[in-house]
Parts: sequence; C-alpha cells; structure tokens
Amino acid sequence: MTLAECKVGEKVKIESLHMNHNQQRRFMEMGILPGTEIEIVRMAPLKDPISVRVRGFQISFRKKEAEQITISH
Amino acid sequence: MSTFALAGNPNSGKTSLFNLLTGSRQRVGNWPGVTVEKVIGQLKGDMKYTIVDLPGLYSLAPISIDEQIASRYMIEEKLDGIINIVDASNLERNLYFTIQLLEYGKPLFMALNMMDVAKEKGLHIDLKQLEERLGVKISSTVARKGIGKEDIIHKLKNEIPSNAFRINYGEAMESLITELEEILEQSSMKVHYSSRWFAIQFLEGNLVIEEAAKQSGIYEALNKVKERVEKDQQLNASQVIQNIRYQWISSLLKEVVQREQIETAQTLTDKIDRIVTNKWLGIPIFLAVMYFIFQITFTWIGNPLLDLVDGFIGGTLSGWVEAGLIVINSPDWMISLAVDGIVGGVGGVLVFVPNILVLFLLLSFLEDTGYMTRVAFIMDKFMSKMGLNGKSIIPMVIGFGCNIPGIMGSRTIEDPNERLTTILMNPFMSCSARMPVYALFAGVFFANNQGLIVFSLYFLGIVMAILLAFILKLTKFKQSESVFIMELPEYRLPVFKNLLLHTWDKGKGFIRKAGTIIFSMAVLIWFLSNFSFQGMVDINHSFLAALGSFIAPIFKPLGFGDWQASVALLTGFLAKEVVVSTMMVIYGTGESVTGLSQMIQGSFSALSAYAYMVFVLLYVPCLATVAAIKKETASWKWTFFSIGYSIGIAWLMAFIIYQVGKLFI
Repeated sequence: MTLAECKVGEKVKIESLHMNHNQQRRFMEMGILPGTEIEIVRMAPLKDPISVRVRGFQISFRKKEAEQITISH
Repeated sequence: MSTFALAGNPNSGKTSLFNLLTGSRQRVGNWPGVTVEKVIGQLKGDMKYTIVDLPGLYSLAPISIDEQIASRYMIEEKLDGIINIVDASNLERNLYFTIQLLEYGKPLFMALNMMDVAKEKGLHIDLKQLEERLGVKISSTVARKGIGKEDIIHKLKNEIPSNAFRINYGEAMESLITELEEILEQSSMKVHYSSRWFAIQFLEGNLVIEEAAKQSGIYEALNKVKERVEKDQQLNASQVIQNIRYQWISSLLKEVVQREQIETAQTLTDKIDRIVTNKWLGIPIFLAVMYFIFQITFTWIGNPLLDLVDGFIGGTLSGWVEAGLIVINSPDWMISLAVDGIVGGVGGVLVFVPNILVLFLLLSFLEDTGYMTRVAFIMDKFMSKMGLNGKSIIPMVIGFGCNIPGIMGSRTIEDPNERLTTILMNPFMSCSARMPVYALFAGVFFANNQGLIVFSLYFLGIVMAILLAFILKLTKFKQSESVFIMELPEYRLPVFKNLLLHTWDKGKGFIRKAGTIIFSMAVLIWFLSNFSFQGMVDINHSFLAALGSFIAPIFKPLGFGDWQASVALLTGFLAKEVVVSTMMVIYGTGESVTGLSQMIQGSFSALSAYAYMVFVLLYVPCLATVAAIKKETASWKWTFFSIGYSIGIAWLMAFIIYQVGKLFI
C-alpha cells in the first residue's frame, strides 16, 4: 500500500521509498525514512499536495511522491 | 580576525541571531528560505569577529541554489568555527544536520534556539547531558526576543574546543569509509576538513564533494570501491548512513529529553490551518487577504495619508521654497528648477511614501506569521498545472513590494525550469513603484471605483505572469522534474518591533531612491523640457518634446500619443516612479499631485488612462530589476527575452484594451 492511498487522520509506518536519489535523500534528511511513523494531517483544497506530521513537525509534498512511498499500518 | 558561520536548518532563527550579534537588520520571516544569499557582518562592538549568515540547510549535500551557496561556503572557506543553530522544538531533525557538522570536524558550538516554543510543547531538555553526549558547548537562546546573546558572545571569544565526534556506522560501512579515506590520503588532493567526513559525504552523494573528487581525478577510484561494496554487501550506503544517524539521535533523545504529556488536543496552528487550508475556504481566504491588503493600502489608510502629505509638499513646502527664492532675488529659471523640477518631481513621488509603508507593513506581517507557506501549500496543484511550483507563490507575493527580492527569492525552487519561470514572471507582479502611477490616474479618472480599478491591474499582472509561465511550459520546458517538499512551520505572532523596523528600512530605501535617482532624473527632465539648441525655450519646442514626438506614434494606437505621455514611459524605464515625476515636471503643474490631476484630464480619456496604466504595469519594471534578472538567470538571452516580451505584451494589451474599449464607449 502506498501513502497516497491513505486517508486524512491515519497514522502509518513508512516501509520504503522508491524515488530518484536526490528526492529520496531529501525525504530522509527531513526525517521521512523506513520505520518512521507519520500521520496524514490534511490535504490541500485541490486534493494535492498532502501534509503529514513526522517527528513533531509538519511537512507537505505532492501525491506523486506519496505514491512512491510504501507504508504499513 | 576570526570568521564564524551560522549554520542550521531553514527557519531555525539564523538571521534573528545574526541580527542580534551584529546589530544588522537583515530580513527575517517565518518560512523556510527567507535568506537566499550569504550575508557577512561584524560582531557588534568587536570588529575582530566576522559572522556569516547562510541560507538554511537540511544537510551539507545541496539541491537548490540557496543550499548550494551555503554548502559551498561551508565546504570551501576556511572557517574558524561554526555556530550551529538548532531549533529546540524540533530537535530530532535539526540534530541530523548537527551530526554532519560535527563530522566535518571544525570547532563548533551550539545555539539551542526557540527554547520558549520547546517549553510550550512540554519538552524538557537536559543541556548538560546533551553537551556531554555531543561533545560541544551549548547556549540556550530565544533569538527572536534577544535572549542568550551574552552567553554566545562569551563563547565566541573563548577558545572553542575542536570535537572528536564519531558515530559508528557498523562494520561493513566503517571498512568502506576507511578504504575511501585511504584513496583520498594517497591522492594529491589537499583538504582542510576531516577525511572521514569527505568519505561519508561522498557515500551520501554530495554534489560538491563529487565535483572536488572529479577535479582531483580520484572520483573513478572512489566510485568503484563504493559500487563494489554496495553490490557485495547488498546495501545502499547513503540509506544506511541516514538510518544509523536517526537511530543514534533517537537513542540520544531518550536520554536527554523529557516529554511532558501535554494534551494532544488541537494546537493553535492546527485550528488556524483547519480554516485557511479548508477545502472550500482556503483559496477564497487567500484571495480575500490579498484584496484587503490593497484596500487598506489604497483606500482605507494609504490615501487619506497621501492627501495630507500632498497638501504639505504641493502647498506649504513649495510655497515656502518659492517665497524664499523670491526674497533672495533668485532668477526665474532658478525658481522654476527648484519649484517645478525638484519639489515637483521628487515630491510627486515622495507623497506615496505612506502607501508604500502601509503595503510593506502588511506584507511583512503576512510573511512573519507563517501564512505564506500555507499559500504555497494550497496553490501548488494549480501552480504545477501552469509549469510552476507552489513555492513560486512566495516570490510572487514578495514581488508586490519589490520585484528584486522576489526574483532573488526564486532560489529556493529546486527545479531549474520552474525557477527560471518564476524569475521571468516576477516583473509582471505589480511592485510598489507602480503605485504612484495607478494612484494618480485612478484617482483622476475612476475616483469612485479606485480600489476596484487598481485591483484589476494587480489581477491583470498575475494573469499575464501565469500566462507567460504557461507559454513557457508548452513551448520550452516540456519536461520537468518538478518536486514540492516544504516544511509548514507553526504560526507565530510577529514581533511588532521587527515589523516596524523592516517596514522603515523599506521606506527608507524608497526615500533614498527619491533623493538620488528620482532627484537627478527630475533635474535632467527639467533641463530637457526647458531647453533646446536655441537655449531656454517653451516646453513644446524643447529637447524633450522633440524626443517625445519622435516616439509618440508608437503609442498612438494605444490612445496616448502625445509627447508628454510617451516621454514619461521612456524615463520610466529607469524606475517606474519616474513616470509620475516626469509628468509632474513637464506638465509643470504647480507642484502638487492635485494640480497634475487637472492637467492630465485634458490629455487622457478614462479609457486611454486605463490603457496607459496597463502599459506601465506590464512593460520593463526598472533597470535594477533587469540587472537582477541578468544576475539570477546568468543569461543575456533570457534577460533580453524578458525585456522584449514585457514591452511586447504591454503594447499588445494596451492596444487591445484601447481599441476594443473604443467600440463600446
């Protein structure tokens, strides 16, 4: 299952990231890496991007990236 | 002389601390990416210490341009030490960057900032133990409010011990790191930082390090080892490094941080976000906020103040000057130069200082709260359809104040095509220098709908900006590796003093411009409008009239073909305020904007006035903006494209409005 399929309010655990090297590094530097627990906080009015809470702060990114992140409950 | 760099995550308070230490007034705000250029200052009261403020970083491996500036500086300059600013309310991620700085091996001490926010969040940090575990000295600060300054200065002036920090990355990684270190040490490459750090950064894919390795001819050797080990051990080196760092941090935090259970009910930030990013309300609220900014700037506060200032400059002051000059028996031409040229030309622009101050105050307020990141968030989808990025919204809004910081602010956008597009569209954002022109014409021809007319111009500018982006997307930038990753900081109540200081700095800049560029232009225009080769002549036979009449036919189809209007556009190329000041001088109207208003009623109709405002909105903003475009794009081609495109589109839009409008009126 990918992060893009989750609903607002859900708390999930990151399994893996499948994106190009630079993007993957940036996600990890910001604290989103395999094993991290995140909460989907909200969705922008036009349904994209989404915003998640991770390690106590909020970060937003697009659905396109969320589709490349697999998660488990 | 000692040089210290301020390094830390975006939006952690580096610039606040820089201002505190150096007594400067660099712009601070509440969004990641306020600082896009390195800024150098001296420690207040002690010139021996140089402090360098850098753009924020999440790691020493850069992606966007502002990050490259910071990383390169850190890596290439020989620093005496690093002041690492850490957001105490967001320790986990901030410490990730700290680890890299520690591995870098330079003397370092930590300013643990935003301790007040951390306390509110219920975090108790054991400073002593954190110092011990990291092996660095720590000052606790609230830079925004000026707390912790003395302690930092004290630490700066005393020897900062270099650290021997080291994380064990596990057997396989450690032997890989050692192997890379050996390659480096046997090569001719000289580095002023730790070779272990070099090896680790290479494994993480740090662009700056890879470049350095290529230059020294060891890249191939390093890469071969890396690929071999990754294949043998079935691991991704960069991922392993990152994982171990976060594991290390989380075990550290278990020891040093006590988390008080604060009821997890909604925080204020959540409550505000529920409204301003709401599915139905989010976008309307943003539009309403922008509309109110213009209403307040023009109608509610700005214009009543403007009338006061205009009354003073045009009536009282110019009366005094004239009377004074008559008393000392000045010749007529001198009186004309002083009253029509200088007081008229410069005063015609100065009267708009109140509007500009109000506008900057409101924009600063918006930037300081943290709302701008939410605008980027709610607009990203729409912007990405136009070949832009949600982050492009921030330079656009800043551009309403002045295009130059808007263009510089585009550095935070990672994708080069999106960044270039954001730069090129910024001149269409109606900056404060265009305000005098609107205020003048809208005040005369659309007195009852002034707010609406001015808003329509701002709106047209936005539409033209987005149209340009869309054209570029369809023609030039078909493929784009667009990304949008942005931190949404907590809302903060702006510090009132900072708002006022920032607004005053902007206002001062405007007044300085009035005193220099606009002053000299006013004198020049006065001369050109009073002289020809025959000496002092009637204005209609002057140099300026000849020049104006020469270019006037170009503007005839747009409805403003008289030489005065044409000449004002020409001089307006230097700076848009000069359009009004030129008109003040050549219509020679008794030095007040009210007087000028009556004169232009004879030369323009409501329709041609609107076409004129549209032209002023869209054509090249000013020389300084052109220079900024050249600097940021590093391309003459795009700079000339910007000039040509904006003049072309200005002519075309004014033409359409005038010609189509004529059919109806």
